[in-house]
Amino acid sequence: MNEAAVQQQAPTAAGNSTGLVAYVLSLADDSLVLGHRLSEWSGHGPTLEEDIALSNLALDLIGQARLYYAYAGEIEGKGRDEDALAYLRDEHAYLNLLLLEQPNGDFAATMLRHVLYAAFQHPYLEALSASADAQLAAMAAKASKEMAYHLRHAAEWVIRLGDGTEESHARARLALGDLWMYTGEMFEMDAAEPALAAAGIAVDRASIKPRWQATIDRVLQQATLQRPPEGWMQRGGRAGRHTEHLGHLLAEMQVLHRAHPGARW
Amino acid sequence: MSAKPTNAGSTATEASDASMARVRAIVAAVVDPEIPVLTLEDLGILRGIERQDDQIVVTLTPTYIGCPATSAIRLAVEAALAEAGLTQTRVVTQLSPAWSTDEISEAGRRKLRAFGIAPPQAAAPYGALFKDAEVVCPRCGSTETVKISEFGSTACKAQWRCRACAEPFDYFKCI
Repeated sequence: MNEAAVQQQAPTAAGNSTGLVAYVLSLADDSLVLGHRLSEWSGHGPTLEEDIALSNLALDLIGQARLYYAYAGEIEGKGRDEDALAYLRDEHAYLNLLLLEQPNGDFAATMLRHVLYAAFQHPYLEALSASADAQLAAMAAKASKEMAYHLRHAAEWVIRLGDGTEESHARARLALGDLWMYTGEMFEMDAAEPALAAAGIAVDRASIKPRWQATIDRVLQQATLQRPPEGWMQRGGRAGRHTEHLGHLLAEMQVLHRAHPGARW
Repeated sequence: MSAKPTNAGSTATEASDASMARVRAIVAAVVDPEIPVLTLEDLGILRGIERQDDQIVVTLTPTYIGCPATSAIRLAVEAALAEAGLTQTRVVTQLSPAWSTDEISEAGRRKLRAFGIAPPQAAAPYGALFKDAEVVCPRCGSTETVKISEFGSTACKAQWRCRACAEPFDYFKCI
């Protein structure tokens, strides 16, 4: 992952704040964990075109994660670079959403997970591109353009699967039901985030919900799928309390770096 | 670029301007490793080039954040400058303002078409969800085209097919 530093755009608005470091890490962990999940599809896609598409989605997300990690390391000021943050933190230090660490399941589950996230992340990054933190704003402006394609791609597939055959509809419905309880966490903020949002650095996550809901409703309606009732929502990812799946993901992702520190090829 | 100095006492500046123009030409002519008909100039990703003390500082902006060509381009720029005898160089990345396909030059669009890649539509309407732009087949010019996949051989391209000539082709998507 080594690369020359990204040019500093302007001084950061919050200086060395641990709240800001955790916030940027949560953005990074979301991107990396979902990017890694999608990379598991490489060579296993249902068609060649889709295999390529899934790898492209993974590439975007891992690229975004690298920027966030590099920035988090820089504001943390303890000399941790993107590799240290991605490969040398344990499960409980990861702050990603539970939704994103869920196993790929079948193709319908992967696309449902993706549309649920992208329908949030696209408008969220658009809002974040007006951040008072110039570096965050620049990264978000860039990433939101990429997320627009993620949303479109996943939405098209969910519509095709939901409004497809009996089999594809049943799988899409099952996946939606399984993943729904992880969607509430997207709209919650951790303890330090409200202050960052008030300072114009972060974005109030709850404020994105109406747009998310409208997109999801539109997609599900076209997909002939029913939106599950609000219900009880699972949470804990932002506090480092994860489902059993993240540990396995990290074990696979981190083993090489931990077994051979500083390995290059 | 800076205007040519006119007063007689500025020979040194003039010489330096001339050499910077040469340096810029070297960098601008570096090609994209994945679309080798396009130069950095054509792509519009060269954001600046200046001399800081004894160092040449080249500022580039990425097309897609995760695009693997970004580091290859960085190396190619350093190699091209080294070949011209310039080893005191540094390549920095600038994210803001985010690159858009609108920055691809007219010459770049012509080259893409000749290479078999449909150039991006002007004024990136990426927010238009669920609605595809009209893409012209780079081979036969027909607008009877259909998208195969939103994602193609590289991050920046989608796969399309022409119904008129039946050929598949790459479309450089708007961003």
